[in-house]
Amino acid sequence: MSALEVGQVVAEASYPLTRDTLVRYAGASGDFNPIHYRDDVAAAVGLPGVLAHGMLTMGFAVQPVVDWLGDPGRVVDYQVKFTRPVVVDPETGAVVNVVAKVGAVDDEGARIDLTVTFGEQTVLGKAQVRVRPA
Amino acid sequence: MNPAIEGRSYPPTAPYLVGREKVREFAKAVLATHPTHLEPEAARAAGYADVVAPPTFPIVVTAATLQQLLDDEEAGVDFTRVVHGDQRFSYSRPIVAGDELVATMTVTSVKTLGGHSMVTSESAIADATGAHVVTATSTLVVRGDE
Repeated sequence: MSALEVGQVVAEASYPLTRDTLVRYAGASGDFNPIHYRDDVAAAVGLPGVLAHGMLTMGFAVQPVVDWLGDPGRVVDYQVKFTRPVVVDPETGAVVNVVAKVGAVDDEGARIDLTVTFGEQTVLGKAQVRVRPA
Repeated sequence: MNPAIEGRSYPPTAPYLVGREKVREFAKAVLATHPTHLEPEAARAAGYADVVAPPTFPIVVTAATLQQLLDDEEAGVDFTRVVHGDQRFSYSRPIVAGDELVATMTVTSVKTLGGHSMVTSESAIADATGAHVVTATSTLVVRGDE
């Protein structure tokens, strides 16, 4: 962990989402808000389309870090702000990209900063993962 | 949204038994592929008693505390106007299948800004021995009348 350098990219991944992904997450998480699977409800509340659950995005955005660490137990703190929605097209879906970089290194491990983008825009703010040494 | 609920604590939730298949279902739903989430053998090889829940799994356990807030008539949270603002999980140890978890929620802050309200709550999640496992902190934004 001491070999890490601030700014170093430790992991990156691309996640294609479809409406099926949202339905699966709704079932697994118990969040059945219809804005995540019904176009008519999303339109009625003024949204640009059916949105991915923020917690789905938070959920997969940390996975490249888990894979890099090789042990999910080394994630000791994980936080995000939900800043922009991910609109999932019924036919073409959506692709969300994750880049994980070293934000800080100290005696207790490291802070990994996630840049999570949909199209040209970031969708999570202050997405930070505290990881402890093995 | 009633600012007077700031500081309010709710009773501990009924115990949530973390099942192996629930962990695997949740892991697949968040596109997790690390074998410690999916295969008991791999989890045991890594030193865990059973499959390890993904970092955001506590959101499943806090469904019960969210319900407490929504059921609190004095709080006055209209769920159809709620947007998730931020979320944090601070761990003492990872969640593993077989854990029996109890969540205790405290409303730590209620702020009003430009007609919107922001309510921040902390749910401290403990295991069957009473030891702390993880604290889930979330801010919900309740949109005002437009």
